[in-house]
Amino acid sequence: MSGHRLLLVLVFCCAGLAAFSLGEDSSPKRDASKESAATPVVHAEDAAMRVQGEQRFRANCGRCHATPQKFPPRMMKTVLRHMRVRATITDEDMRMILFYMTQ
Amino acid sequence: MGLELSFRKHIAVRRAQGTSLRALAFFLLASALVFAQSPDSEKPVPILTGNAGAFDFVSGGQTLIDTQINPVLLVPLGDHWLVESRAEFEGKFQRPPGGGPFGGPVNKHVDYAQLDYIANPYLTITAGRFLTPFGIFNERLYPVWIRTLQPDPLILPINTAPSDGAMFRGGFAVNDKANLNYAAYVSVTSIAIGSVDSERHVGGRIGLFFPTPRLEVGGSWQKTLQDDRKNAFGFHMGWQPGQVPLNLRSEFAHSFEGSGYWVEGAYRLSQAHFWQTAMRRTEVVARMQQFYTGDISPDGAAALGLPSANTREADFGVNYFLHDGLKGIASYGRQFSSAGNFNQWSFGVAYRWLIPLGRVGTP
Repeated sequence: MSGHRLLLVLVFCCAGLAAFSLGEDSSPKRDASKESAATPVVHAEDAAMRVQGEQRFRANCGRCHATPQKFPPRMMKTVLRHMRVRATITDEDMRMILFYMTQ
Repeated sequence: MGLELSFRKHIAVRRAQGTSLRALAFFLLASALVFAQSPDSEKPVPILTGNAGAFDFVSGGQTLIDTQINPVLLVPLGDHWLVESRAEFEGKFQRPPGGGPFGGPVNKHVDYAQLDYIANPYLTITAGRFLTPFGIFNERLYPVWIRTLQPDPLILPINTAPSDGAMFRGGFAVNDKANLNYAAYVSVTSIAIGSVDSERHVGGRIGLFFPTPRLEVGGSWQKTLQDDRKNAFGFHMGWQPGQVPLNLRSEFAHSFEGSGYWVEGAYRLSQAHFWQTAMRRTEVVARMQQFYTGDISPDGAAALGLPSANTREADFGVNYFLHDGLKGIASYGRQFSSAGNFNQWSFGVAYRWLIPLGRVGTP
């Protein structure tokens, strides 16, 4: 494989990774039938994570203070990093709570 | 856009320096992976948060007006670092004996200024000035917007002065029923300006949290490393039963300076069947505590903020949450000791704010 082709393949891989990480909205057009089949699974996973997140929020955050309002994701990330240190909440709890608090 | 810029930048580097295509491709992939993990639009933003309060304490007929502002600065750096600091500006105003206008000192100090490195899911390393992890009140419940009763617990001054040094801490799941949290620290706190005198101590805290019953139990220990190398220890617990909006907490501490405990329960009236809008916002609180003097003089105890005689105290309060960050408070307590019995009342408001120091999206 020539150098330029290898570079092109890698660029596509990188673009794919970046698009994947940024969510489905930024990905190219998808097959409608596949989307309709996958959506309920994604929604079910989201719903399950949300329930888990709420449970962990109430169990961890409720130990000290009343329910705060939801803030934008970039603020919540900072708050949760602070709480991870201050309240020694676990890494997994932090991720679940972040998901719940930013949905 | 970031990916494209990264690509162009690295192509230019290749042409200019003649680096190998493979090295460039690897770097590109790595850059993309980093970008994919934390694009700019998702990075945590620095925050200025904190709380403020204005309270009127009446103890034994003497009125004290306490106003305070406690700003907290949080600056996340990269994916693993956090700079955090809290300062306290507190004015305590009283009428002088014989009458006259209210006056008094305004104290300013830094409670903590620390750098945290989240090394992995099990370990966070902290350096700088930090809140001493002895019990739970000092680290978690101290802010006026969090605490359910504004008067401090009698044992709060025991081993809770800020520490200067380094700390290892973390929390992780032991199994699906329990999380373990820990903190271990060493501190060398300068105690005199212009001299090398310092107070050195080591200590730690360990706790187990059971998420299903929402029960936490733990213990703390601290040893001073000079003079008589004294030990201090304590225990804490917290329980939030799932069926009722009740929050039970307790601490016990024992040290050379004294020992004691407090037990506190806070009940949110959200289950009341009348005036539901108001009741949901209302919390009633009760606290019982006792303090036993230690091996220091009454003057030494007073200097630390501890009672100078064996003391019992009961407090009852009500908090009304006007909204998430604003609450009105009122409480009544009575203290019993050989130094004299007296009533203490408190009224006031506590407010918590949170301001992003950068652009954020919508919640």
